[in-house]
Amino acid sequence: MPLVKAGRIVEDRFVRVLDDAPLPDGVPVMLPAARLLADARELAAREAPTGVVWPNDRKIAELAPHLDWLVLVALVFPTFRDGRAYSQARLIRERYRFRGELRATGQVLRDQFLFLYRAGFDAFEVSKEKDAPAFADAVKRYSVFYQPSGDGRLPAFRARLSRDVSSAPVDGRELVR
Amino acid sequence: MYLYDDFDRTLVAERVREFRDQVGRRLSGELTEEEFKPLRLMNGVYLQLHAYMLRIAIPYGTLSSDQLRTLAHVARRYDRGYGHFTTRQNVQFNWIKLAELPDAMADLARAGLHGMQTSGNCVRNITTDQWAGVAPDEIEDARVWAELLRQHLTLHPEFSFLPRKFKIALTAAAHDRAAVKVHDIGLRLHRNGAGESGFEVIVGGGLGRTPFIGKVIKPFLGKRDLLSYVEAIMRVYNQYGRRDNIYKARMKILVHEIGVEKFAREVEEEWQSIRDGALTLEDAVVAGIAGRFRYPDYATLADDPPELAAARADARFRRWLGNSVANHRVAGHAIVTLSLKPVGGPPGDATAAQMDAIADLADRYSHGEIRVGHEQNLVLPHVAQRDLPTLWRALDTLGVATPNIGLVSDIIACPGLDYCSLANARSIPVAEEITRRFRDLDLAHGLGRLHINISGCINACGHHHIGHIGILGVEKNGEEFYQVTIGGRAGEDAELGKILGPAVPYDDVAGVVEDIAAAYLELRERPDEIFIDTVGRLGVEPFKERVYAAR
Amino acid sequence: MTSPLQQKLKLAGPAVVTANRLGDGAVIYRTGTGRWTTELAAAAVVSTTPAATELLAAAAADKLEAVDVYVAPVRLTAERHVLPGNLRERIRSGGPTVALPGTG
Repeated sequence: MPLVKAGRIVEDRFVRVLDDAPLPDGVPVMLPAARLLADARELAAREAPTGVVWPNDRKIAELAPHLDWLVLVALVFPTFRDGRAYSQARLIRERYRFRGELRATGQVLRDQFLFLYRAGFDAFEVSKEKDAPAFADAVKRYSVFYQPSGDGRLPAFRARLSRDVSSAPVDGRELVR
Repeated sequence: MYLYDDFDRTLVAERVREFRDQVGRRLSGELTEEEFKPLRLMNGVYLQLHAYMLRIAIPYGTLSSDQLRTLAHVARRYDRGYGHFTTRQNVQFNWIKLAELPDAMADLARAGLHGMQTSGNCVRNITTDQWAGVAPDEIEDARVWAELLRQHLTLHPEFSFLPRKFKIALTAAAHDRAAVKVHDIGLRLHRNGAGESGFEVIVGGGLGRTPFIGKVIKPFLGKRDLLSYVEAIMRVYNQYGRRDNIYKARMKILVHEIGVEKFAREVEEEWQSIRDGALTLEDAVVAGIAGRFRYPDYATLADDPPELAAARADARFRRWLGNSVANHRVAGHAIVTLSLKPVGGPPGDATAAQMDAIADLADRYSHGEIRVGHEQNLVLPHVAQRDLPTLWRALDTLGVATPNIGLVSDIIACPGLDYCSLANARSIPVAEEITRRFRDLDLAHGLGRLHINISGCINACGHHHIGHIGILGVEKNGEEFYQVTIGGRAGEDAELGKILGPAVPYDDVAGVVEDIAAAYLELRERPDEIFIDTVGRLGVEPFKERVYAAR
Repeated sequence: MTSPLQQKLKLAGPAVVTANRLGDGAVIYRTGTGRWTTELAAAAVVSTTPAATELLAAAAADKLEAVDVYVAPVRLTAERHVLPGNLRERIRSGGPTVALPGTG
């Protein structure tokens, strides 16, 4: 399952560790939520980066205290039709101002790329090999957006009022043009 | 009506391009049906019994004459020469080919029409009172707020994969013609004690398998807060609505299961984090959208001009005038309803020829504007009273002047088993037979206001729960049977109908309606006590006795 | 009629395999030679559950041509003509039972 970041297929440097398996030294790891919450203090002291896979039916407020040291949060789409993680993503990015990698996992398909991107995801475990190269195009499918969201693009309401003003991002994230 | 600007046009064009790509990938097999289905639903494309069906949004029921001509063109070029107007102010074409859909959508996009979000688990067409902007009893034009919401909720990245469909309706009049109490969110624009206008927010209404009347969670929401508060509601629903069972996934179930107080608290808590932020509707933003609504330059005219007085001598005209023409907020003008309920014909349909002719009449007599009502009739909203006699003759020739608006033969019906793959039973021929039994206009007028709603299955697209008489198609041993309810109401005093008795077979439905009508004539206190009030006064029993006496 | 797509397969009489054509949504029936036809008369008729299961599996594997494949009942006349087996199939085969607007 290719990992796409910044429009390119990249190596996944994170290792998924399930439940109680010992953590490999010096390696970025992705842990389940229960383990993160149980071992937070030790994990925060690790030298190598730590990430969490957060289920789509748990409140982000529970995760919030750890967002200042976690390097990666992976959210889950059990099927692409289950849109709970879109809300989680926006809360993580916009309310809690998480600056680390926000990764979409589960059933991640091309036709949802732009929604995912706009909701604040910047990494995508793409379900189909074929879809991965299409990412860069998929996020350019639209140039007009009605809503403000985590990608910082100026929504139409504001753009109409300030056609001459540059569409500077709202929260400092890079724009994909 | 709202005029698209570059942003709106670009978005719709980009959507067509995206869909063309998706159709191509489906036809080549790159996308499976499972992957494609939610995508086509989000563009209003259903697969029905005989063919694909395309549902086009008519935002808040407002159409320009050019748009109506474009619908006629699509009916002619891509379909079988007609379209069907729905209970949510949309229009449906029943015979479209998948391979031709992108071209049809491109043609529609040029007129600012689209099928975005008319299906799927996203926010559907936002509906209002079809008399918005011209009704004497409204406090302001709700369509401005409907447009602000429409834009905000179109291709919203967070709310495009909800647990289930989501329906919003607005009203700004004392008399709720938009049925806001049976929507996921109902918004009632009204004035508070200080004379400011704002929204009463009603949530968790809906029909279908488990009907609910919505409940108020915020008696007065300031207009600036409309988007942020709706966003809070939707975020709560997106996160907590059920995902395990499609029959329990609507927001009405969530509100019912956790209780309206808890729901209101969750919304309030979420809202406190986002109010006064980027979603606050500043005056400039509202003015920008309101400014794109064009209102006619009405001529200064007096009420009851001589042309009208003279024409009243014609009894047929008089009957139509009394039935299909309503008061307008501007002196010398009128709101004209066009009946799409011909005797013996399918309710809510119009041929391409009719659409073209009505578009021309709209140009001549209604400042180029038409409305679509959720009663499945059309409206010419800006007619000068002096033009009524001439207009009537033209409408009569077109077959859209049957003076049955609001009467027993003005039936609201879903397409039913003749078209829809979800249906248990047919609804159109049932409606047609009922109109034939009540073709006598004296009889129909004698019965007075009487709303019949027919749904071919429990999904209730015909809104049978809120019909004065509701008819629901069910299946019994492979045969079509119908459950009849009475006492439903749609407006500000919304109520669900009560079952009259055991379900009856297809051949007997019209007879049951005749017997209900006869019972009403016998039981009413005075001729001006309308049917629904007689039911309210006496309950179901006296009707049940008479209808089931011989069954 | 409960959607046939949700039914458990258990034949109560003769049946055919039917679907909608991907490109235009037209009603189609599976033939005995692994193709699709719009004519019910040319459809392969099965009378046992195993035969129906096999025909259904082969038809459902054809994802490029057909959507929503399922097993539908038919009636056989004395002359072995194939007719739709219930109202829903009659309507699918013959079209709406009401006149289309503009033609009535």
